[in-house]
Amino acid sequence: MIRLNNIVATYTTVRGQVDAVDGVDLTIPRGKIVGVAGESGCGKTTLLKVIYGDLIYPLALRQGGVEYEIDNVGYRVETKNGRQVTTSNIKDFWFKHISYIPQSSMSSLNPVVRIRKQFVDFMDAEQRKANVLEEIREYVTSLDLPPEAIDAYPHQLSGGMRQRIMVAMATFFKPDIILADEPTTALDVVVQKGILLLLMDIQAEMNNTIIIVSHDMGVHYQIAHKMLIMYAAKAVEFGDSEDVFKAPLHPYTKMLIESLPTIGDDQMRKGIAGRPPSLWEDLHGCRFAPRCPLATELCQTQEPELIEHKPGHFAACHSLR
Amino acid sequence: MNTILKTSHLNKEYKLGGFINRVRINALDDVNLTIESCEPVIISIVGESGSGKTTLVKVLLRLVKPTSGSALVCDRLIAGKGDKPSNREFFSTVQPIFQNPFEAFSAYRTVDSYLSDTAVNVAGLNGKEAIDAMTESLRLVGLEYRDVRGKYPNQFSGGELQRVSIARALIPHPEIIIADEPVSMIDASLRMNIINLFLSLKEEFQRSFLYITHDLATAYYISDYIGVMYRGCIVEFGDARTILADPQHPYTQLLLDSIPDIGRKWHREKIALSDIEAKEFQFTGCRFCNRCPIAEDKCIVERPLAIKKTDGRDVYCHFA
Repeated sequence: MIRLNNIVATYTTVRGQVDAVDGVDLTIPRGKIVGVAGESGCGKTTLLKVIYGDLIYPLALRQGGVEYEIDNVGYRVETKNGRQVTTSNIKDFWFKHISYIPQSSMSSLNPVVRIRKQFVDFMDAEQRKANVLEEIREYVTSLDLPPEAIDAYPHQLSGGMRQRIMVAMATFFKPDIILADEPTTALDVVVQKGILLLLMDIQAEMNNTIIIVSHDMGVHYQIAHKMLIMYAAKAVEFGDSEDVFKAPLHPYTKMLIESLPTIGDDQMRKGIAGRPPSLWEDLHGCRFAPRCPLATELCQTQEPELIEHKPGHFAACHSLR
Repeated sequence: MNTILKTSHLNKEYKLGGFINRVRINALDDVNLTIESCEPVIISIVGESGSGKTTLVKVLLRLVKPTSGSALVCDRLIAGKGDKPSNREFFSTVQPIFQNPFEAFSAYRTVDSYLSDTAVNVAGLNGKEAIDAMTESLRLVGLEYRDVRGKYPNQFSGGELQRVSIARALIPHPEIIIADEPVSMIDASLRMNIINLFLSLKEEFQRSFLYITHDLATAYYISDYIGVMYRGCIVEFGDARTILADPQHPYTQLLLDSIPDIGRKWHREKIALSDIEAKEFQFTGCRFCNRCPIAEDKCIVERPLAIKKTDGRDVYCHFA
């Protein structure tokens, strides 16, 4: 379980500070694939960075915090002196309990070091290297990669194989939480399907929590159990994937899903008019109000809160009251 | 009847490496497409990365010379042997739109300078006429000239800037607009606005489009014709709705099966990755034979020729 307590994450730039995530408050249950969707600049990746505890300048957590309940074989993981795990000390658990699959495998792997060396990098010092390599080879083979793949340099592998190596690195220790930031965006659809099915298989086997960020609603429909929709740094809807796709509550989600064309359906589709607000502006009221057909005066002035409207289905909209 | 697009035996070979370890890659391999129509049409070319989509665009925009073969766009010969139109005539017939508008426009120039350059250099307009043409084409894409004038690319959102680049392409009244992945950088909520703009420009403004994409869903939504490319070859070509409703080439079937579509969950069969991604450019037979579930010995040695089906499509498969 991951508890996000009213997170406000800020980037410091020459122009001043901007809140890329502004007050996200929700609980992510254990053992589910959670999809995070939204437009570019809505704070998807920043939220993921906060959960991963990768808070380096210019990103900072201005308010709130994350509570992790990392269960490892029945007992709760705590830091050495028995304190609760938070964003400041989650770093000690990287790879072992929480891992990250980045979008661009080419820029995440060191181009001048063989894959196997990069694998061994995060192993415990006391283990023998040969044994470890044997284990890695075995694990990599179980993910449909040729065992020789780890002897190669990153550029010798194709994009899909590199992304599989990233998946292998992120899942080798069977972590409780896997964060994936657009893991298939750079890949072709056929390869994408392979990677996503692999992630689903891994999740079913290890029963860990996967948080996957993607702008492709089709990807979410295929793999996510839970959906989080973000808009302009806010969480606007959170619920079971089936409910969100079949009966979306927030007008943004509704319009977004209705705008997607599908093969075999000749219906006219409409995009959403207008554009998302700039986070530099002084924003008040509902951030979707200027584009929303249901907007009233209340929406212009008062910000809606993320409320549970149906069991397990949250949305932030005044029109649902 | 106008020839919108006709390519015959179009080849483009890229050479990689040096004198000894030279590799030849056929980015386009005997591409034959013929689209004749009295009405404006939207033609989609789909395929994965490395399939030759962008090379085809570059040949049709005269950015690269084909190794052999010829191409006709809107009754004008643009590549191959024979009389070719001047650059000015060519660009008032064919206009491009590129994938990433933030890269297409320089960050250090105002966007309206691009519009006026096109109006002056391609359409041959001056002063007041040029401004009228710019206002008119911006109006067609839903923008106002006074909102665009003097602004730099970073003052626009991706969707707006892509509209500006469409407006730029419309200034010389081209017969066909070649759009290379025009919506892949645009957010989902704004994407359909651009796609619908293409449709309305086709219907109201009588412009044809060549739409290059890897997104089959939007290709289905707007196109009249569709060509599926694989490793430089066309594998299936014909009416978009017929092909996507009932694909006959095994590659088109695989592609359709792999798209994450909303409303239809994937079958959970295992895909072996290792052999999907070998870059097979040297095959003498069918390029798809190593991934094809129905391949036989014949496919390895013999290149399949186009088979004309009764519904008008071409399928490049021995078993179609």
